[in-house]
Amino acid sequence: MTASISIQAVSHDYGTFRALSDIDLDIEAGEYVVLLGPSGCGKTTLLSTLGGFITPTAGTVLIGGRDMTHVAPARRPTTTMFQDYALFPHMSLRDNVGFGPRMAGTGRAARNAKADALLGLVGLKDAAQKRPHALSGGQRQRVALARSLAVDPDVLLLDEPLGALDLKLRRAMQDELKQIQRKVGTTFVHVTHDQEEAMAIADRIVVMNGGKIEDCGPPDRIYRRPGSLFSAGFMGEMNRIPGTHKEGVIETALGALPAPEGSATGKITLCLRPEQIGMGKGAWDMGRALITDAAFFGTHFRCHLAPEAAPDMDLIAHLPPGARPETGSSVTLSADPADLSIFEAEA
Amino acid sequence: MRRSIPWIYMALAYGFIFLPVITLVLFSFQDGRLPVPPFNGPTLEWYADVLGDERLMSALLNSLLVGAGSAAVSCALGFLAAYGLARHILPGSALVRGLLIAPMTVSYLIIGLGLLIVFNNYGPGPSLYAAAVGHVVINLPLAFAIIYASMGAQQENAERAARDLGASEWRVLALVTIPMLAPSILAAFFLCLTLSWDEFIIAFLMTRFDVTLPVEIWSLLRSGLSPRTNAIGSLVFLVSVALVIGLELFIFGRKRR
Repeated sequence: MTASISIQAVSHDYGTFRALSDIDLDIEAGEYVVLLGPSGCGKTTLLSTLGGFITPTAGTVLIGGRDMTHVAPARRPTTTMFQDYALFPHMSLRDNVGFGPRMAGTGRAARNAKADALLGLVGLKDAAQKRPHALSGGQRQRVALARSLAVDPDVLLLDEPLGALDLKLRRAMQDELKQIQRKVGTTFVHVTHDQEEAMAIADRIVVMNGGKIEDCGPPDRIYRRPGSLFSAGFMGEMNRIPGTHKEGVIETALGALPAPEGSATGKITLCLRPEQIGMGKGAWDMGRALITDAAFFGTHFRCHLAPEAAPDMDLIAHLPPGARPETGSSVTLSADPADLSIFEAEA
Repeated sequence: MRRSIPWIYMALAYGFIFLPVITLVLFSFQDGRLPVPPFNGPTLEWYADVLGDERLMSALLNSLLVGAGSAAVSCALGFLAAYGLARHILPGSALVRGLLIAPMTVSYLIIGLGLLIVFNNYGPGPSLYAAAVGHVVINLPLAFAIIYASMGAQQENAERAARDLGASEWRVLALVTIPMLAPSILAAFFLCLTLSWDEFIIAFLMTRFDVTLPVEIWSLLRSGLSPRTNAIGSLVFLVSVALVIGLELFIFGRKRR
């Protein structure tokens, strides 16, 4: 059971506040899509328009090719997994999971069998008789997932499903969610503000900001070649180097380099991830820089550097863990121009 | 000496509160015609007398009927009002809430007089039914306030999830909202029952031939004190205590766990 989604020119206003502005997005059947953005970016509003809890001010929502814009939540082939799980505290886990089939008129034996099978899928087979209050946060989350899947939705909508869990459990649940999605093949649309979660779990990430889609693509592309300055900054630490692009040559305080084809002209910002800066000579020599601070992170040293050519600039680089970089010493830096993302400078 | 002061204070405070009840219960066992000291030794004569009295027993039954009926109606109306006001944004809902709770501030005597005037002209006239209506008027604000206070985001989210899973509005109410609110609905029910059980003024004004227990006790008291009235009082007290203990054990106790 799976279906594609097509969001066409959807806008939504809360009073005078524009929460969604002209959103176009196509999601393939069976895809795991993560809507990522800071709070207030419109990601939850977009999810609610898919679930049917909000009717957008303008635009169309197609699910499985059918127009669902004005259809009530219960009549959509979608189920929502809510942030606080919203389990029924007065029912056993089996009755919680069997609630959807019960509403659909399934008999007791059939729905119990289905509930037990789904509880088995999420690893809670032996807890079927328990009440939700006897469970830990991670277990409640699993029950909520099983309950949502019990109605065989074409599309499962997950609203910050891991937000209430501690970091370690969250990382473990990410893998589990992904596995279960592979097994059932349902289209998952997942909302989060945690970019690591998004990268770990998504087939495709949709980065949102201010009610608009900033960037949309597979995690590695979004991280390494972000489509906008916002998405570059949101996906992780980023060095921003100001420069000017004139006739194929980019001038920066750290030296000149040939501009890649199609880059913006005039005042620009060069974006470079900390791990894309290396030591020694390279395709783009950034000159010598003073190490002002270094901290050990296991896989690398995270260093703050002040380039000699521009002492006010603070570069962050991940240097190899083999040799401790001495604070106060200076190193030669370089980068590969192919790793650079170039955007028009913000006014 | 210093240490004993709090204990003496506590003994005095509890004595002040419980002495009337203790006296009442003690002299219900009085072997004699007057419920006053000295205590002449225990007898169950008066209890036998009371339990064998048909008028008293029918008054007790009337009280239970009026109490349970008015409490059930108060809770049903209070729940519906609370559900509507908690789940829907209505124009002037603060005003509606205020008006629902306002009767709590009006004295029972005034409410009783008003009902008396209305029922004499348009209603069923003095009867147990009229008394029950009066008790709904005084208990509805309380039931509404208790149930409304317990409606939180937790139920609302569970209701939303139930609707999302395909439940119709009636099934959301019956399978999710009411079971989740059961502790506070039951608490409101028992509180209304207790208040109705003890209520005198409205019951006195609204009943004529069939009366509730407090009214019957009052008419007995007019013919003077007797260990008999003490025995009735003790029985009434016993029922109230049983209700409160039941409430504590079955509802508040469960909530805490």
